[in-house]
Amino acid sequence: MLDGRTTLDLVIGFLGLLMILAALWSVLAKRLLSSVLLSGGVSLLASLVFLALGAPDVAMTEAAIGSALTTMVFLYSLSRMKVECDASEDGGRS
Amino acid sequence: MSDINIVTLIGVALLLIGFYGALSRPNIVKMIVGFAIADTGVNMIIVAVGYLPGRTAPILDSAADAAGAAARMVDPIPQALVLTAIVIGLAVTALMLSFAVRMRRSGGGMSIDTYGEQKW
Amino acid sequence: MMKKILLLAAIALLAFALWPFVRDVGLAEPGALATAYLEQGPAELGTANVVTAIVVSYRGFDTLGEVTVLFTATAGVGGLLARRKGHGKKKAAERGASDASEILKTASRLLSPLLVLFGVYIFLHGHLTPGGGFQGGVVIATAVLIGLLADPEAGLAHGVMHLVEGLSGFAYVALGAAGLWFTGVQEGFLDPRFLPLGELGRLASAGAIPVIYSLVGLKVGAELTGILDAMKEDAE
Repeated sequence: MLDGRTTLDLVIGFLGLLMILAALWSVLAKRLLSSVLLSGGVSLLASLVFLALGAPDVAMTEAAIGSALTTMVFLYSLSRMKVECDASEDGGRS
Repeated sequence: MSDINIVTLIGVALLLIGFYGALSRPNIVKMIVGFAIADTGVNMIIVAVGYLPGRTAPILDSAADAAGAAARMVDPIPQALVLTAIVIGLAVTALMLSFAVRMRRSGGGMSIDTYGEQKW
Repeated sequence: MMKKILLLAAIALLAFALWPFVRDVGLAEPGALATAYLEQGPAELGTANVVTAIVVSYRGFDTLGEVTVLFTATAGVGGLLARRKGHGKKKAAERGASDASEILKTASRLLSPLLVLFGVYIFLHGHLTPGGGFQGGVVIATAVLIGLLADPEAGLAHGVMHLVEGLSGFAYVALGAAGLWFTGVQEGFLDPRFLPLGELGRLASAGAIPVIYSLVGLKVGAELTGILDAMKEDAE
């Protein structure tokens, strides 16, 4: 039977595997949107790992800031870049 | 296997992936995503350094009285540092993104290679 | 090709430099400083959450510096993305920005006050439970963000935000100086013991720590709201 420590290691290892895959995908992805969303997912999984390491304060902060607010800031700036892009294309055409 | 700390392994992997992304991608937003991932990796390493197996979070309640607290709790100092580092990370990411938006607005492309000739 | 080889070499070097972290050092005890914090923190400052005691009091200077860095970054974002006059309004009409759905509008009216209340709850209980000023501030910023998503045209009350940020920053430093002034023998900047410590585990305990952490929460909330507002502003 597995004892507590081995189970925790297995859970963390599984989460870590997911995180590494998500990080690789996020770095290599073609579309910017999926890249940004996957990096938010990495942060969300990291907050689970922090919870398993006995750091609930850090887990709360990471879930709120790392995955929610950072993703929102990225999305806002992506939309702004898109607006600039459209504007410059219009300027070129007319 | 037992002399490998699995959490720092994940943290180092994330740090390396983040740096690879920041150094190899030409797209500016991708570089910033790389930095954000590296940030998460560094935070994981710092928290893992303060973790001691089988101990609980450094918060007292009825189950953990003050007398035996030090023998049952993890190291609180790295947690306090990481708490600060996460907030700073968001601020720095927002600053980098606003630089990217600004560069985009002043007529540059999305790729960092188009900025090679500009002096400003 | 050359670039790729150099890149891989740099990554490999970094991995080699970080390898000592990956080896399990097998610590059985926290260091002397951590042990001292764990043993004396609750008795000295009356906080159940030792992390809060470190963030607010023992390492209070770090938090002050952190809030300063956050303020500088917010000012940088605001300065870089300053709205060009008479530019934003016309564009919004041109693009015919799509209205938020009825569900989002109604839900945001319902949720925003509750989220603000939850944020206040989080930072008031920072010395007892996980959470504190940073988390509570982020929850408050999220409440504002939902309002912005539901009604992108609505301007934020900038005056109120600046007032909240400035006053909470000033009161933070003033409370720190009060700790320096009033605690007598063991004085120190940001010493919370000039208010009664109370009983461990009560809401009104731990001296000035809940007050200081609430101020940090208000300041962080106002600054993060400022970042989100500046990022959003002339997206229309």
